[in-house]
Amino acid sequence: MPKKTGALLFVVGVGLMLCGLYRQEAVLVLEKAITICLQCIGIG
Amino acid sequence: MNKRRLTQWVTAILSNSYLPGWLRGTIYQGKYKAICVPFLNCYSCPGALGACPVGAFQSLAAGFSRTISLYLTGLLLAVGALGGRFVCGWLCPFGFVQELLHRRDGSRRQLPRALEQVKFVVLGLTIVLPFVWRDLTGLAEPYFCKYVCPAGTLGGGIPLILTNSGLARLVGWLFSWKLFLLLVVLIAAYFYWRPFCRVLCPLGAFYGLLNHLSVWQLHLNRSRCIGCGSCARQCKAALEPQLHPNTSACLRCLECVKACPTQALSFTAKGQPSRPIAHTRDL
Repeated sequence: MPKKTGALLFVVGVGLMLCGLYRQEAVLVLEKAITICLQCIGIG
Repeated sequence: MNKRRLTQWVTAILSNSYLPGWLRGTIYQGKYKAICVPFLNCYSCPGALGACPVGAFQSLAAGFSRTISLYLTGLLLAVGALGGRFVCGWLCPFGFVQELLHRRDGSRRQLPRALEQVKFVVLGLTIVLPFVWRDLTGLAEPYFCKYVCPAGTLGGGIPLILTNSGLARLVGWLFSWKLFLLLVVLIAAYFYWRPFCRVLCPLGAFYGLLNHLSVWQLHLNRSRCIGCGSCARQCKAALEPQLHPNTSACLRCLECVKACPTQALSFTAKGQPSRPIAHTRDL
């Protein structure tokens, strides 16, 4: 039973990920990640 | 060197292998930063090649559009659904740093179980706060990264401040607070095995919720278990794998599987192991 649930969650996860990629979220992540996050490093 | 330690070294080095960043005090700005790693690894670390899922999730949520990232949620759900906290035990660089600092006298200090529940509160706040706690301009902040994350201080803050004089001039009380928190975590890591992962890590909490449901799980073959307690003695998180093999507190380092003399414990997607019993002569 857990194995089936896990497999289902995996499929849902991959589906969500593909939806996110379709919505160009990877570009948004890139925009955030290429700037030094001053708050993350303890400044600002 | 065992397989797990080797995997941790390789992951830590590969995910932070942008050498110019380390030398110049800058960060990698290429296309691979669009790819999120499934563990805590600050994207403001000079060597980081990928993005941190917690930092990216919060940054997207904190914007005007309040984006709930399907890409990040899906990635973490898919990875967690496969192996639960396996990522924590085998891949996470900050967990690895804590392990390296942990004393090797074989003693196991148990953290209060209530303290191990704190990470679920941290997970809830990490997800919710950027959506609801906004300033007058309507923007929020990556609160976990800003006020808590010691991985960001160690991987991003300290190296950048040491190598970038412009940033070093901006240091204030927040950096002092985060440095203090990092020191507390690192000192605690000497006495307790991976305290940050067990008490504060929101990613660990998320993966932990999937430990019971993941495709790969710890399985106990009760007909083979002789109740010797080797697995529990080997568990650095002071758990009892023979009683609760898939508790959310388990970091899936799989040392218990190695320690079992009758191979009653296995980490598999297939249920009960079918291998013959080995080492029974040694019992």
